[in-house]
Amino acid sequence: MTTSENTDRIPPALRTEALEQLLTERGLVDPNVMDKFIANYETNVGPLNGAKVVAKAWTDPEYRQRLLADGTAAIKELGFSGPQGEHIVVVENTDTSHNVVVCTLCSCYPWPVLGLPPSWYKDPVYRARVVREPRRVLAEMGLELTDDVQITVRDSSSEVRWLVLPRRPAGTEDLTEEQLVPLITRDAMVGVAKVHAS
Amino acid sequence: MDGIADLGGTDGWGPAHPPPPGEPVFAEQWEGRAFALTLLSMGRVSGQNLDAFRRALGELDRPAYFDDGYYGRWLNASEQMLVESAILAPGAVDARARNIRGEGVQEPAVPEPNKPDYAATGPGSLRTVDAEPAFAVGERVRAKDISPSGHTKLPAYVRGHTGVVEVIQPAALLPDTHAVFQGENPQQVYSVRFDSRELWGDGPDTEPFTLTIELFESYLEKTA
Repeated sequence: MTTSENTDRIPPALRTEALEQLLTERGLVDPNVMDKFIANYETNVGPLNGAKVVAKAWTDPEYRQRLLADGTAAIKELGFSGPQGEHIVVVENTDTSHNVVVCTLCSCYPWPVLGLPPSWYKDPVYRARVVREPRRVLAEMGLELTDDVQITVRDSSSEVRWLVLPRRPAGTEDLTEEQLVPLITRDAMVGVAKVHAS
Repeated sequence: MDGIADLGGTDGWGPAHPPPPGEPVFAEQWEGRAFALTLLSMGRVSGQNLDAFRRALGELDRPAYFDDGYYGRWLNASEQMLVESAILAPGAVDARARNIRGEGVQEPAVPEPNKPDYAATGPGSLRTVDAEPAFAVGERVRAKDISPSGHTKLPAYVRGHTGVVEVIQPAALLPDTHAVFQGENPQQVYSVRFDSRELWGDGPDTEPFTLTIELFESYLEKTA
């Protein structure tokens, strides 16, 4: 057997450990601070924040107006702000208009309301194709849109971050804001899924 | 530079799949460590900025960009930034990794740091610009058909195509120069709306849809 460069490649887990050692032993990085960063994005900063924003917009017409007019400020009213959320624009999906968000150049994503991006959002398949054949890509992902629905793709190429306000599903008229929150998914707030009533 | 990161409209990636349910934030423990190391080493430790990080990502070779996934490319770009700033010697990470698995190799000496001479004029990326916007909402504009030699956020798939200014967004510092420490050069940013047939042609396979993308003022030109 011969050794090729591929088999000699050091796995990322080991290289991460090496980099952490090199920086911590010189006091350049504090592992406890790293733990806090990781825990924050594993537990606090995630799509539950966005779901609270959407549920409020569905149940409070004045909030909805403020959210669509100035997303960043309305989102901050609920206490959500931070990195990758300097300027958040909220766009509304309706019966006939569907927004879907991508970042073709990297994987820019509105962290304060959705947390860190999921694997499919970072996948070259999605980044490459949703700007070219969004209807087909959405269908492959499980969202069939009828021909009368106009699609707008939002490519987040600068510091603007996009959040989709999904359509409130029929059959949820009697639910409270708190009862709506668990129905609202990350995928619906990026525009690759609809919210379902149950 | 038409870096490896500019994926919009490229072929050969195969089908998309339904999002897997219940995906953890970090699939493996090292991904969280690589994420935190990147955030912590980007500013104070390496003296490099967010645009420099994105530039570093775009300069990775194919295996370094794709083979270890999203946080693998973060790790690789972070290492590159730390080497550029001479916080780490080239090869230091590989040598340490080999020593962790007991190979007993010589590690390179710690170099004299050489961080970029750079200080942000404010937090984040948004800035104010005194000059009036060169383009108005509703105006037809063309994305310049250029291929800059350095970092840019003008994707190849919109170059040379004509759209309409939908919204003037907050001004922001220009990644092209900020990424290489040649000034923040804040500019107006426009959300420009393109018709799919303008981008991808009139053929029967082109789906009807519209697309918006944020473009810096210097990426745009008048159509008349």
